[in-house]
Amino acid sequence: MTTPALELRRLTKRFPARGRIGTQGDGGFLAVDRVDLTLPRNRVVALVGESGSGKTTTGLLALRLLGATGGTILLDGEDITTLNPKAMKAYRRRMQVVFQDSYASLDPMMTLGEIIAEPLGIHGLLTAAERRDQARRWLEKVGLDPSYASRYPHELSGGQRQRVSVARALVLGPTVLVADEPTSALDVSVKAQIINLLQDLQADMGLSMLFISHDLSVVRSFADEVVVMFRGRVVERAPADRIFDDARHPYTRALLDAVPVADPKARRRRKFLTAEEIAAATPRFAAHELEREPLLDTAEPQLVALAGSHYVEAVVGG
Amino acid sequence: MRLVEIEDLHVSFAQHEGLVQAVRGVSFSLDAGESLGIVGESGSGKSVTCSALLRLLREPPAKITAATLKLAGEDVLGARNRTISNLRGRIAAMVFQDPMTSLDPVFTIGHQIAETIRAHQKISKKDAFDRAVDLLRRVEIKNPASIARYYPHQLSGGMLQRAMIAMALSCAPKVLIADEPTTALDVTIQAQILQLIKDIQAETGMGLVMITHDLGVVAETVDRVVVMYGGRVMETGPVEAIFEAPLHPYTKALLGSMPGQVAGKRRLVEIPGASPNPAHPPSGCPFHPRCPMATLECREIEPRLEEKLAGRSAACIHVPAQQRVPEAVA
Repeated sequence: MTTPALELRRLTKRFPARGRIGTQGDGGFLAVDRVDLTLPRNRVVALVGESGSGKTTTGLLALRLLGATGGTILLDGEDITTLNPKAMKAYRRRMQVVFQDSYASLDPMMTLGEIIAEPLGIHGLLTAAERRDQARRWLEKVGLDPSYASRYPHELSGGQRQRVSVARALVLGPTVLVADEPTSALDVSVKAQIINLLQDLQADMGLSMLFISHDLSVVRSFADEVVVMFRGRVVERAPADRIFDDARHPYTRALLDAVPVADPKARRRRKFLTAEEIAAATPRFAAHELEREPLLDTAEPQLVALAGSHYVEAVVGG
Repeated sequence: MRLVEIEDLHVSFAQHEGLVQAVRGVSFSLDAGESLGIVGESGSGKSVTCSALLRLLREPPAKITAATLKLAGEDVLGARNRTISNLRGRIAAMVFQDPMTSLDPVFTIGHQIAETIRAHQKISKKDAFDRAVDLLRRVEIKNPASIARYYPHQLSGGMLQRAMIAMALSCAPKVLIADEPTTALDVTIQAQILQLIKDIQAETGMGLVMITHDLGVVAETVDRVVVMYGGRVMETGPVEAIFEAPLHPYTKALLGSMPGQVAGKRRLVEIPGASPNPAHPPSGCPFHPRCPMATLECREIEPRLEEKLAGRSAACIHVPAQQRVPEAVA
């Protein structure tokens, strides 16, 4: 088996209790709770969940933009969890990010050419003239005219700005791209353009992509595998078609059921579960139903393996 | 009864760059008990149209003209301020996208709903507060009496949007205008709020105008659809007909670019280019720079919204009007 591009093992983030809101007892707020995630090479893994599920925090932890409380981050098999900033710099080249809000993430005082070339400068790559050249080449790769190099972010539409964000993330030739809701702020007609661009670049460059999104429709047409988070925990993980056809966790089902259906003839009344009802409805499997022996020999909910690389948080026994 | 009548509405804003024409000749109407979805992308003019209907825009810089702009038969354009504030609330109430910015952070939810009631009716503070609690119960908030004493920051986005709907219902309006009411919410909460709006509409028989960019929301909630683009109406018709066989190339493209309609990883159908800049709208049909069917004529002729099939209109010179079958034969 080849080494995965990115691997998270029991990754945990606890935010200290400062105020009273959102904290649980004195222990602070557990935003990410022992998350295991494997991003194979040349694959798109979607991390889905609603606000507060911990999906964005997981992305920030993986990127080392936020310090983990516990667990391990492996980039190409190398442990980067505790590297100091200097040692980390070499690894940052290999893992880049695109955020949701292209307006906030592009410096308004820099030209698009400067924005795209900046990562090359930071890593001391190429001469200034070559960097300018690269920036123009990347503008073209993301579907913008190279003459845009001298323009500023405010002159662009939201979709065009997101193209620039993608160019800046990929100019260093990373192996891993973390895309956190890259299309959520975009218009319907432009969303498809950016998804297609990411899909094409992913295939061309052999990128491994962690695609963080709340939009299951986008995930369905884009991801190889889906990881579902609920209250800081991974509750289900499976190849995309299994998630959409045969979800096993009540939260995944609730999430899928809530997506509006683009067919007025298929309207129906939904049944809604509260978060507490979902939390109380953890599935139960007998040991013989599992593909592999459970890791924990307890009644505590754990991620168990079902047939077809399908994992679900469940209780074993009975 | 005609609750909303809009004919040839134009709204422009005087800006540094010149005149921004946000709405350019929009017409539609809404009958009692009907639900209408206005779907469009940012800059299509969908929100401005409804804000103009309630005269919520600051004039100037906004300039509103229309052949007809009526709410429940009352002329909105010529109305005095007092008539307008009577129309708002009693005739038409609005729910906005972001409940956090629509509510005052220093007053409790119950106080704010009670205040709305007292603005329209002579009623004691205590009675108004009791009514507020009833309204919160009606939007399916559990423990309405205690939630009424909460401040906005103590509630989740879904709860706040329920409170906003309660406030909108406080004067028993004939029309509810919901401007992207679920865009800021999680998908499971969105489904609950949409269900609530539908239930209340069915119960009260009020008219509903649902403004949204999300075709899925339209498919789930309304009877009739107005598709807007570049400040104009591109197509109108019954929701089932539009989803089954859209007439206008823009509607077709929009439906085609929706992700996730079929299983499996695939490239999506994209609409090239970007939405028009309302400060410099393209000549002719606003969609022509992005339209696969565009011809030279589209650049020059501004297509009129015409009935192409019974009950269905489109603003496109390439959509043929079907010969009407005489009723005696049909």
